[in-house]
Amino acid sequence: MTGARISIATLRAATAPQEIVIAGVSLTADASGVLFLDSERLLIVADLHLEKGSSYARRRVLLPPFDTAATLGHLARAIARYNPARVIALGDSFHDRAAAERMGDQDRASLRALQAGRDWIWIAGNHDPLPPAALGGTAQDEIRIGALTFRHEPRAGACYGEIAGHLHPVARVVTASGSLRRRCFASDGERCIMPAFGAYAGGLNLRDVAFAPLFPARAPQAHVLGRQRVYAIAHAQCHAD
Amino acid sequence: MRKRKTQAPRALLPPLFADWFAARGWTPRNHQLELLAHAQAGESTLLVAPTGAGKTLAGFLPSLVELAAQAAAPRNAPGGPGLHTLYISPLKALAVDVARNLELPAAEMNLHLRIETRTGDTSASKRQRQRRDPPQILLTTPEQLALLLASPDSQFLFATLRRVVLDELHAMVTSKRGDLLALDLARLRTIAPGMSATGLSATVRDHDELRRYLVAQDGSGSQMAALVTAPPGAAADLSMLDTRERLPWSGHGAAHAIGEIYEQIKHATTALVFVNTRAQAEGIFQQLWRINDDNLPIALHHGSLDASQRRRVEEAMAQGLLRAVVCTSTLDLGIDWGAVDLVINIGAPKGASRLAQRIGRANHRLDEPSRAILVPSNRFEVLECRAAIDAANEGAQDTPPARRGALDVLCQHILGMACAAPFSAHALHAEISSAEPYSALDRASFDAALDFVATGGYALRTYDRFAKIRQNSEGLWRISNPAVAQAYRMNVGTIVEADMLKVRLVQGRASKAAASGPTYTGPLRRGGRVLGEIEEYFLETLAPGDTFLFGGEILALQGIVENEALVSRARGDTPKVPSYAGGKFPLSTYLAARVRALLSNPKLWKSLPAQVAEWLELQRARSVLPGAGDLLVETFPRGGRNYLVAYPFEGRLAHQTLGMLLTRRMERLGLMPMGFVANEYALAIWSVADVGARLRNGLVSLDGLFAQDMLGDDLEEWLEESALMKRTFRQCAVISGLIERRFPGKEKSGRQVTISTDLIYDVLRRHQPDHILLRAAREDAAVGLLDLARLAQMLARVQGHIVHKDLARISPLAVPVMLEIGREPVYGEAQDEILAEAAAMLVAEASGSVGP
Repeated sequence: MTGARISIATLRAATAPQEIVIAGVSLTADASGVLFLDSERLLIVADLHLEKGSSYARRRVLLPPFDTAATLGHLARAIARYNPARVIALGDSFHDRAAAERMGDQDRASLRALQAGRDWIWIAGNHDPLPPAALGGTAQDEIRIGALTFRHEPRAGACYGEIAGHLHPVARVVTASGSLRRRCFASDGERCIMPAFGAYAGGLNLRDVAFAPLFPARAPQAHVLGRQRVYAIAHAQCHAD
Repeated sequence: MRKRKTQAPRALLPPLFADWFAARGWTPRNHQLELLAHAQAGESTLLVAPTGAGKTLAGFLPSLVELAAQAAAPRNAPGGPGLHTLYISPLKALAVDVARNLELPAAEMNLHLRIETRTGDTSASKRQRQRRDPPQILLTTPEQLALLLASPDSQFLFATLRRVVLDELHAMVTSKRGDLLALDLARLRTIAPGMSATGLSATVRDHDELRRYLVAQDGSGSQMAALVTAPPGAAADLSMLDTRERLPWSGHGAAHAIGEIYEQIKHATTALVFVNTRAQAEGIFQQLWRINDDNLPIALHHGSLDASQRRRVEEAMAQGLLRAVVCTSTLDLGIDWGAVDLVINIGAPKGASRLAQRIGRANHRLDEPSRAILVPSNRFEVLECRAAIDAANEGAQDTPPARRGALDVLCQHILGMACAAPFSAHALHAEISSAEPYSALDRASFDAALDFVATGGYALRTYDRFAKIRQNSEGLWRISNPAVAQAYRMNVGTIVEADMLKVRLVQGRASKAAASGPTYTGPLRRGGRVLGEIEEYFLETLAPGDTFLFGGEILALQGIVENEALVSRARGDTPKVPSYAGGKFPLSTYLAARVRALLSNPKLWKSLPAQVAEWLELQRARSVLPGAGDLLVETFPRGGRNYLVAYPFEGRLAHQTLGMLLTRRMERLGLMPMGFVANEYALAIWSVADVGARLRNGLVSLDGLFAQDMLGDDLEEWLEESALMKRTFRQCAVISGLIERRFPGKEKSGRQVTISTDLIYDVLRRHQPDHILLRAAREDAAVGLLDLARLAQMLARVQGHIVHKDLARISPLAVPVMLEIGREPVYGEAQDEILAEAAAMLVAEASGSVGP
């Protein structure tokens, strides 16, 4: 273990509010796993995987059917915090094509309440190539806003200004005090892979080979979700599982 | 009317058997005849006998006698004679061994019996034949029995059953396996009402608990099997290694005594060297070989090693080819080695009964005393060894008390019963409550379990259309789809190891440098030999390139691919020692009380090595000795921190839980705790605030600090985030069948398919905190990883009896636990602090204040 003593001042500096700069655009990374672009009053959330629980239930794996309510509850709190004019759901919002039909009435009502008074964009994902028309919002394959491009699946190779989901990045952080595995944003300043937001969405370690082709020049930094805030952590300090 | 004698009726040993005994120069032992008499009277019986007392033959004698009589009588029933006796062993290898031993008398007496085993290794075709045309005697394990009972053939298969023999019963009843077995026993009684049960057990603390386990209960607790006890064997020759070396203050390596242990092995024919953890087994094995100038055949045996390797060691042992085996509790039970004439127990014995079991592994002949040497690996363990030797010489026992049947096992069993045949809820509840561990199961809990099995048991009733079991038109519960039975068969059993990864040997490649740079671990070459399995959470503490001991070799971790840890052989002789905890036992409450008594009474110190007595004298002079009924708390400053050391002697698990809760409370009181470590005897907490001064000035009270209400809200709050609780929940989720541990044909990708139970736990806790699986997990936590029950007892015991000693410097007694700091993981509310620390490293690196 390194014997470096870390001063309180350094700790303070590391716990200042978390900004991520992508393609020169500064976004706020929220501990819930959403991004907020203040200038556009735009909130971005990835991989909600609504109705994942009931999707398993179809195969008689009877997971607690509260995941949609839990996910929408977390999202409602994030939306209340930022009051965005527009929300982009970055694909895989629904765990499968029939997910929207299985949603309970109460969950539908919660979703409608979140959409009220703001633009809502469903980006198509591999789990939900055709986002449901019945649930409000508009469907799009990808969307471009200024220097930023929002799509579900990241393109291979360098891709300046892309914000994507799909991979569910998590970082395993090891220090002298212990080890943690948490969801994270992965970014090299040019592009960003967002953490999955869904209550039952699993994670893929940042050290997995799947991330390598996306960051050919240099390894991404992990912006790890803490309980209250996001912590920027060097790639070298993120371990394989 | 004369009072009925409690003595057993006289048994009739048929001439064939009497002759057989005589031909071998044996006389049937009293307990063998008594057991026969009880069986002939149709009574279930518990036989308590020491190792080597002919327990197995006693258990089978009634069956052999009956089967011999059946063979002599003209057969009038059509078809085969059917299954007569079922034998259940906790170990596959033991079932195979017993079958072999049984063949001999059966053949010598010309009984023409079919005696077969059924284990995970039995071929599919043989299993199928066994179901159609069962042998007269079938030897198997609890899991295989559960599978047989869940099949539609179970009625046919077990209708002819006359007897079930449960071997090593004392070892099975203490776990969830025992719960499952009890439920299966209840089902056997339903199918074959005339059947009786025979339990074979080593001496335990309370025989009545086992006697109740064997027979149907009605809730009164008065139903008990008959009891037959064999006379105890010769007193064991027990001693503590009187080391010439300096006794370490802490640690469990016993490195100081390796030379002396080696000398003992040299002078014995065959020695079993018992240790408490796999890590210790690896360490001792390596150290012994380092000084093995005589090239003695010394082998290693523990639960992580590949099964084929373990079997090779067992066979070599049975053939007398080995001089010593370094082993963990995997060899506590079972197979008769015969030639073992010395047991060496390294480290703390943890319990009097456990020690007695291990001693019993030497010399399976009753008339000769077993020889055993205890080797304490540190000073506290000297006290524990002394207390255990005294307890063993008195014959005191401290086996754990009877368990309450686990709810997750109940859920698994209910599904199994639906797979066998449609059932009525009322009848199944009655059957289940006849099993001793479930005799207090109320109907509401049973219904909750039934609801869980059917549709998940959720308040939100959205899964009715996906039900696993449904009621038919007659109100009987049946499976909704054959796939449900298939899934049940893949998931049966109660043993959920921590996520295990296969350890596979590949060509070396990765280095430490590759792991820390921004390079990616590309695909590694696969295809090497599998060395065994290791817990995933142990590997979490390693980075690629780190070395550890496994299977007696030093290995370097190359990387983890799917469910395999790829390793290569490493050079050098200072591995990062494996700290994987497989097989750690907590110190028994009984032994802990004896250790406290020994500590508090200087008159007893004469029996201790001089250096230990001097250490205690020094403690008496510098601080105070913990009293037998007290809790001693010392406070002192050291290296700019303020320490609080408490000595509850309640075992590491209870101390860890106490540490978690105490630091929370200290946090609230503004004492700014920074971390703690726990060992079996003590707990050390360090803090920014001077706790000693606050106690002195009456600003904080110890009774308040240790008040029992910490088990209320504080506990609830902590449990929510506790990794231990999540691990406990995961086991319940697997055993209950919520998530599948394996998918047909998809075993390999299981890790990817299975959803994280941590996520399920978080969601369920918030949305349905009273769900049956959370109840199951809490009940497990009370006796399992958190040892809450024991902590609660301790807190109640010490109220008003806390002795505080404010010291200017560290006390002699505190040295061992203080030495654990830096060696054992430090606990605390680390969560976000870990992230802050890692983030600060990044900032510091960027500003150039520390090197990378």
